[in-house]
Amino acid sequence: MKTSFKVLVLGFIIGVMFWGGFNWTLELTNTESFCISCHEMKENVYMEYQNTIHYNNRSGVRATCPDCHVPKEWLYKIKRKIQASNELYHKVLGTIDTPEKFEAKRLELALHEWQRMKSADSRECRNCHDEESMDYTKQGRRAIYAHSEEAKKTDKTCIDCHKGIAHSLPANWEQAAKDAGL
Amino acid sequence: MKKRFVPLSFLMLLLATTLTLYAEELQSLRGNTPLSEESMPAENKPWAKDSEPIARNYVQQPPLIPHLVEGYVVNIKFNKCMSCHSWTNYQQNRATKISQTHFKDRDGNDLATVSPRRYFCTQCHVPQVNAEALIENTFKPVEAVSQ
Repeated sequence: MKTSFKVLVLGFIIGVMFWGGFNWTLELTNTESFCISCHEMKENVYMEYQNTIHYNNRSGVRATCPDCHVPKEWLYKIKRKIQASNELYHKVLGTIDTPEKFEAKRLELALHEWQRMKSADSRECRNCHDEESMDYTKQGRRAIYAHSEEAKKTDKTCIDCHKGIAHSLPANWEQAAKDAGL
Repeated sequence: MKKRFVPLSFLMLLLATTLTLYAEELQSLRGNTPLSEESMPAENKPWAKDSEPIARNYVQQPPLIPHLVEGYVVNIKFNKCMSCHSWTNYQQNRATKISQTHFKDRDGNDLATVSPRRYFCTQCHVPQVNAEALIENTFKPVEAVSQ
């Protein structure tokens, strides 16, 4: 009786430590500083992103890399994190380790991300941009039209129109996106 | 010798006075602040928000941009303006379509896409700020061709 109680307490403590450590490491890989610790990210996409409104704006509220590229909900997050092991593999291979190699792969990489965004109904955009709280009357006349009429009429999701808002667009992306149904 | 010297010096004096008077009228963007001192920075004027198309002031004026263009990229791979103003996209976005004149190269050949010399939109088309003109002018378009 006494031993089984001890085992239970010990198991509980080990469980908390393991789970805590796991989540701590997971969150460590979910920071901008972790993303740009690789030169592939720092010298290409991070540079482009610095000229955009998600990095630099009047109020200083920022969306960092994982805010858009890693889902917030646990199951989706774990799924994306497991997929990211493929990125580690290509980091070792050096698939995009020069700006030229990155540029050659840009369209393919962009299409992957657009596909992911579209299939999830732009979930990561909506973490901050809540449709219910969006006051169309405070938007510009072009945005009012696009958000209230156009989007409703054609059942569009954020990424359908807002491509290339944080990074440079690849050459001939328009045709490629159309062909991929994005 | 002496006789020629008098009108010459008179002329030079006249020139110097005119230049001094003119220099007082002329002001650079930093005002009258000497170079050794720091001038007051100009007031920051925000770009005008989205509006209806702005009427042209004279024939052949490149239409002004009635909306924000901050962060719009125009480079070899991509032209942000064309994502609304191209012939394929203008109807869906209810934008003004790019003029057909922009498809002509300098030899008058019609091209299948925007001519490189017309590619950089903001070379001619510019957004506006709500500011008074730095230099007043009394320009009026010719009546026969004004609206």
